Amino acid sequence: MSDVQTAPPVPEGPQTPEESPTAKELQRERWRRAIREITLGGPLIGLISVLLAMLVGSILIAATDPKVAEAAGYFFSRPGDTFGAIWESISGAYTAFFRGAVYNFNRPDFASGIKPLTETLTFATPLIVAGLGVGLTFRAGLFNIGGRGQMLLGAAIGGWIGFAAPLPIVLHPIVVVIVGMAAGAFWAAIAGVLKAYTGAHEVIVTIMLNYVGYYLVFWMLSTKGLLQAPGSNNPKSPPMAETAVFPPLIGDQYNLHVGFLISIAAVVVVWWILERSSLGFAFRAVGLNPRAAQTAGINTKRVTIIAMCMSGALLGLAGVQQVLGTVTTGFSAGIDAGIGFDAITVALLGRSRPWGILAAGILFGAFKAGGYSMQAAEGVQIDIVTVVQALIVLFLAAPPLIRAMFHLPEPGAKRKVKEAKA
Amino acid sequence: MKLELRGITKTFGALVANDHIDLTVEPGEIHCLLGENGAGKSTLMNVLYGLLQADSGEILLDDVVQHFKGPRDAMKAGIGMVHQHFMLIPVFTVAENVMLGHEPTKFAGALDLATARERVREISARFGFDVDPDALVEDLPVGVQQRVEIIKALSRDAQVLVFDEPTAVLTPQETDELMAIMRQLSESGTAIVFITHKLREVREVADRITVIRLGKVVGEASPTASNEELATLMVGRDVDLVVDREPAQPGAPRLVVEGLTVADHMGNVVVNDVSFEVRAGEIVGVAGVQGNGQTELTEALVGLRHLLRGRVELDGDDVTKDKVRAVLDAGVGYIPEDRSADGLVKQFTVAENLMLDRSNGAPFVRFGALQRGVLARFAEETVEEFDIRTPSIAEQAGRLSGGNQQKVVVARELSREIGVLIASQPTRGVDVGSIEFIHKRIVAARDAGVAVLVVSTELEEIQALSDRIIVMYRGRIVGIVPGDASRETLGLMMAGETPAGAAA
Repeated sequence: MSDVQTAPPVPEGPQTPEESPTAKELQRERWRRAIREITLGGPLIGLISVLLAMLVGSILIAATDPKVAEAAGYFFSRPGDTFGAIWESISGAYTAFFRGAVYNFNRPDFASGIKPLTETLTFATPLIVAGLGVGLTFRAGLFNIGGRGQMLLGAAIGGWIGFAAPLPIVLHPIVVVIVGMAAGAFWAAIAGVLKAYTGAHEVIVTIMLNYVGYYLVFWMLSTKGLLQAPGSNNPKSPPMAETAVFPPLIGDQYNLHVGFLISIAAVVVVWWILERSSLGFAFRAVGLNPRAAQTAGINTKRVTIIAMCMSGALLGLAGVQQVLGTVTTGFSAGIDAGIGFDAITVALLGRSRPWGILAAGILFGAFKAGGYSMQAAEGVQIDIVTVVQALIVLFLAAPPLIRAMFHLPEPGAKRKVKEAKA
Repeated sequence: MKLELRGITKTFGALVANDHIDLTVEPGEIHCLLGENGAGKSTLMNVLYGLLQADSGEILLDDVVQHFKGPRDAMKAGIGMVHQHFMLIPVFTVAENVMLGHEPTKFAGALDLATARERVREISARFGFDVDPDALVEDLPVGVQQRVEIIKALSRDAQVLVFDEPTAVLTPQETDELMAIMRQLSESGTAIVFITHKLREVREVADRITVIRLGKVVGEASPTASNEELATLMVGRDVDLVVDREPAQPGAPRLVVEGLTVADHMGNVVVNDVSFEVRAGEIVGVAGVQGNGQTELTEALVGLRHLLRGRVELDGDDVTKDKVRAVLDAGVGYIPEDRSADGLVKQFTVAENLMLDRSNGAPFVRFGALQRGVLARFAEETVEEFDIRTPSIAEQAGRLSGGNQQKVVVARELSREIGVLIASQPTRGVDVGSIEFIHKRIVAARDAGVAVLVVSTELEEIQALSDRIIVMYRGRIVGIVPGDASRETLGLMMAGETPAGAAA
């Protein structure tokens, strides 16, 4: 080496403190962009994903229908039969779905015909607030998968006030809501504080807290003197006090309760916070570019903790809606009913925007209400509804992930030849 | 191989990106395509490379008309392109990346990695690149990744090599190395098209210069043309590269730094016992080769980094332990060196970015609520005053050109009540017209009594702006010299030597 000096001058010492950015950093940025796109993309993609998922759902419905299989057995002699069977199978299923989720035209009068829609809204009630909770963390660049644990804590602690505290009629549910929200907020705050001060990833911590929460609540429900109904050995609480239960919203013959109004109010409040308040400005800045937010003097640790608290409070509220609205006869450790996880899908489909989450929550409420009716009337497997929900997530999340994985450019990225105003 | 473009026209809707452009590049020639951001240089090269189809005009190689349907045709015809953003797969090795797309195979389609490796070594050796064929691309510094791109093009026997803004991502040393490589390539007969908007690079390496403005060829120049002549051609009007400024009238010290010491996350001391002061009404420049502690110094001053030792005073108040929010509130304007990473939220609107560091109170926030009317009025005025070219204040900041994005950051900081301005690389990646504008605003801030600290790795910028110059080397201050110190003096000091007469 001493006599040959043809190589270009090797950069010497002074660079070591700051190396040129390696591809690793660029790569990290690429994944961050993919996550942003999945959680915050436009509404059209959501709509298309739903339609595509329902199309695949239709194929599954037809494919799993024994009548279709039978007709397909003699397809080549009478192909018309097969198509007729497919049509009947799919249209039958969707008619049943409509009857179960929107309006049952087999009923004599409007009042009983409209009941399915109220069922849809009842199912949607906790999904909306839970979806808001998850969507809020997406906007702040966080991922709260601890919906289950936060709902359980909210339901358990709120529910305890609901059956045990002797409070007057209007005050009682209000106190339950506040306590339940505080319990959910506390549970999520653990993950928020750990993230802010130790860097522990909130996904891992919230998932683990789901188990801790579940077994904690299960233990409280199985322990005499805590949440267990007196005189019972089952892990179940006593029923809610009459004073605490959410009153029906439009009449006793419907299950729809006042909790739905709370959900609508929550949509408005969360919208205002995100779009019109300085706190939401900080959330969005941190979610989109944490370094720029920090450079601009925004306290990112504080934002992380507050966002997790608010998210947990909303999920706690979903838990309270379950015990005071859906299942008022006493709750078990399964009171969350998977809503904490469905909320992730609802938030994704709603593109993390409050009004979008409202629409997505109602759609998922309809899936629940209509799914049972499809199964009862047409023998369609209820699992197909789950498949459709999963496909929605797949269609939403897959394109950005695949682009990030294979370094593909965004569609239309080449068109960035744009100089303003000339 | 001789490349000729005849009457290339390309429109996007109403925008004419290329308007009857003619260009000839001879073998062994380095032909510079000079123009501001958005002038249509990259569009032209994408047409050449088959990525875009021209509306009219033709491409000739050695006087034969070519019809490229895609990059594959262009590559086959002998055109290679080194993109601004590398088209490499990070988890692949150098050899794997180089063979990607025309993989040599052995019996039954088995990949012949050995041949690819040999090819990388052979080209590396021919041009004195120091590239290990088995290194993973993601582990390589940007400058070396670029060499992989060059090897990739050469391994396909490219006779015409296009470099699209290749120096935007490079450190000064890496830039110099690239210039040497380009000269070597041209000596071996390759025709080179070099796209850039940096005047210094053009004059250093070009054989011929074609200037493009608003999609048209506006002139040819020789490398002997002065910076002013080239800039005037590019921008279309006279440009002052030398900022007019009166001698400074320094007042009382506003920013006083004593014994500042900072370590990076590995624990290495990167700013070592730095002391200086900046007075009201003067601009102090911090010169130095990239990576000698300037970045860490500015970040420590605004509270983004933890100090090991030392003391920072603002107008007599100790702000050493203050967080960013408190430092900004105490009257410090901060232009971070990397606007994409630290200065802007690209998905936010121009208006939102203009209030990014004022989201904590009046006038843009009252009782926790954003004051959208106040913000809209302020944004309209500021866009007007700072000549930010944007269709509206509701446009996403990331959609503006680099120069206009930088103007958003500069406007945000200069429209606040500030006593001290810390500007780190205030014109990096910015076109000539915007550089002139930003420099004038910085001088205007000085004349209004603001104490200004400008950090730049461009010596021209330091010399154009500074009343006094601090030179940093390996985290220490080598010396503080008057603003009119010669380039030679500064160059020596940047290498760590202390010339006679420089006050330490």
